[in-house]
Amino acid sequence: MTLSRRGLIGAAGGAAAVGAAGLAGGLALGRTAEPPPDPLARTYPFHGAHQAGIATPAQDRLHFAAFDVLTDDRAKLARLLRAWTTAAARLTQGLAAGEQGPTGGSYQAPPDDTGEAIGLPPSGLTLTFGVGPALFDRFGLGQRRPEALTPLPAFPGDALDPDRSDGDLCVQACADDPQVAVHAIRNLARIGMGTVSVRWSQLGFGRTSSTSTAQPTPRNMFGFKDGTANLKAEEPDLLDRHVWVPAGRDPREDWLVGGSYLVARRINMTIETWDRTSLAEQERVIGRSKAEGAPLSGGDEFAAPDFAAAGRGGLPLIDPRSHVALAHPDANDGVQLLRRGYNFVDGSTRLGRLDAGLFFLAFVTDPRTHFIPMQTRLASRDALQEYLRHTGSGLWAVLPGVNEGGWLGETLLA
Amino acid sequence: MIKSHRCAGAACLVAALAVALAGCTDNTSGAAPGDPRALTVQSTDDACTVSGGGAPAGTLTFSVTNGGSQVTEFYLLGSDGLRILGEVENIGPGLSRDLVVNAPAGDYFTACKPGMIGDGIRNPFSVAPSDDQPAVSADDQQLAEQADQQYGSYVKDQTEQLLAQTRAFAEAYTAGSDDEARRLYPRARMHWERIEPVAESFGDLDPKMDAREADLQPGEEWTGWHVMEKDLWPQRAENYTALTTQERKRYADDLVANTEDLYNRTRDLTFSTDQIGNGATGLMEEVASGKVTGEEEYWSRTDLWDFQGNLEGARVAWQGLRPILQKKDPDLDATLEEEFAATQAELDSHRSGDGWKSYDELTEDDIKALSDRVNALGEPLSRLTAAVLS
Repeated sequence: MTLSRRGLIGAAGGAAAVGAAGLAGGLALGRTAEPPPDPLARTYPFHGAHQAGIATPAQDRLHFAAFDVLTDDRAKLARLLRAWTTAAARLTQGLAAGEQGPTGGSYQAPPDDTGEAIGLPPSGLTLTFGVGPALFDRFGLGQRRPEALTPLPAFPGDALDPDRSDGDLCVQACADDPQVAVHAIRNLARIGMGTVSVRWSQLGFGRTSSTSTAQPTPRNMFGFKDGTANLKAEEPDLLDRHVWVPAGRDPREDWLVGGSYLVARRINMTIETWDRTSLAEQERVIGRSKAEGAPLSGGDEFAAPDFAAAGRGGLPLIDPRSHVALAHPDANDGVQLLRRGYNFVDGSTRLGRLDAGLFFLAFVTDPRTHFIPMQTRLASRDALQEYLRHTGSGLWAVLPGVNEGGWLGETLLA
Repeated sequence: MIKSHRCAGAACLVAALAVALAGCTDNTSGAAPGDPRALTVQSTDDACTVSGGGAPAGTLTFSVTNGGSQVTEFYLLGSDGLRILGEVENIGPGLSRDLVVNAPAGDYFTACKPGMIGDGIRNPFSVAPSDDQPAVSADDQQLAEQADQQYGSYVKDQTEQLLAQTRAFAEAYTAGSDDEARRLYPRARMHWERIEPVAESFGDLDPKMDAREADLQPGEEWTGWHVMEKDLWPQRAENYTALTTQERKRYADDLVANTEDLYNRTRDLTFSTDQIGNGATGLMEEVASGKVTGEEEYWSRTDLWDFQGNLEGARVAWQGLRPILQKKDPDLDATLEEEFAATQAELDSHRSGDGWKSYDELTEDDIKALSDRVNALGEPLSRLTAAVLS
């Protein structure tokens, strides 16, 4: 006796609709309202002008995977992207990866869905796809590789592991249930076998920024609020300016209009050292209070930092080498990133230290203006750098959204 | 004559639930309701109720529900009551399984076998000629028999060669001709690797012949190929004491005796299409789990020889089934042709002399590339059995 996800989700959706109707009716009649619908039943549309998973309110869990393309055959790559489109459209709506489902199909064949998400709600799954710089020459697409899609330069202090860096394609799976995110990546990897190979992947928990004003600011592994000044979904004008690729900027970019650029950095934190640091030092290095996340110049969490405010001895209240001082838009020609990072813990090292940190993900309209200058500044001057090691890195062009009947990458490969 | 039976509580519930859930299951494999080729079977401890006494020729789907208390099986038998057109085994109480079978026009029997013993509860079943018959053919059975014969011959041939080469290896090893023994070791084993699923199907022989030291439980005696492998390539062993001449002879004689046993038992083996198909899949899984990781030949590092043997065995199995597969799923057949060639080409890039490089000579990138090819072949290969049975 097996229930498919669709069956359950249909039921959950029905219950949600009934709940909403009950709520409206209850208010009208002055009766007690029904409990709100389960947020895990939420789905985000797959189709649209932009891919989901960027301005979507950040979910709690991540499975990010980078792939190497194994073939030189452009048609084969296009076939995979079509198959991924079909599967992603299904998975994000809470359906099985394939039409037969995890327990349907032939009894003699492996199911076309791996089945660990049977019975789980859609959990707000989004899947976001990007292409890396190395892909273009391979497929004779050199003329269509945007200037902006050049591998990131080496930053001071980088300790990058090639086995956790780069890749011809990337897929970001975000969901409010880790099993749903892992299920999606696992099934996409399986569909891709023979055409692509997983190069590396990263699990994340605990979003480290808010992408919606409806979300409270989360905390990173250092215990500080992160992403207070992040771009929010409710600011479409700012997203147009700082996130989406506009028309007419670079003729090589025509296929990418409506897309974005994704910077990924695996940033290890030296947790044990940090934990032995005084609260005063922790706050000085960050530039904000640990309790409220307020700038050390005063006010509440959302108060604008006053970098000129001076304290005893005329020294600035916010250390000019603090993370906030160097990362704030005021210090970066007003540029803003849409950060979407996650905490990670990959167990412990042989020395008994947490292999933990921040898997930094940011979507930007152009990495040359919106990431590289900031990271260059941070890498050389940020006081926080003492507690960080960048161990993985990647840059991808995030494909524009897909309309009904379209497929991921069609503007590039069709 | 179809007997009608009172439906007992649990069976009624299961049937009712199955109907209720049909509307919301994400499963397009079951035939649509109203399709005369879609039949339901209720198997209980004393009845086998088929929803109809016949169907038009074509691909029939029997959805079998076990409403009884014992494990049951369902068969579609030929008019002689012997020939098995299709079967679905091991249906536990409360479970449902589909049997999908191609049936040309003719007279048949359906049979449920509660408790898995006896002739089962049989009912006649007639298949009428049909113009809208999906691709079926009376010669499917012939193709399956041909595949069986070919694969059976291959297994016989490989065990013959295995026996001859194992004797030569044992002789060299016993005589202390270590270089010759090291030369023969991977060459002899290749014949084993080609038919590994068959050799492994003899649960008593496999551990005696092919156990690795790491497979042993405490107190278990270690015999077979890998004992001698370690003795011939002790470089990675710690504090290893070489075997005496007497010990060598004992292990070598034992291996030859077991190989003779295997030889005798494989003279008249027959194979069904699903065994052949699953054997192919199993061989590539052997590569994925043990060879490409360098775990199989821990001492000798001759894993790529085994890889080649497994790959060839899988290819032979697929080739035997090709006449059926090309009719039923030409796309899958084309994919397998491409992937077998690509995997072989990747492996060929590591040839050395008349054999293969040592596993230690492979770089991490080499191993990743081989592993990617194994995945690329293994995924479509896992659909082979279902495709030929469809």
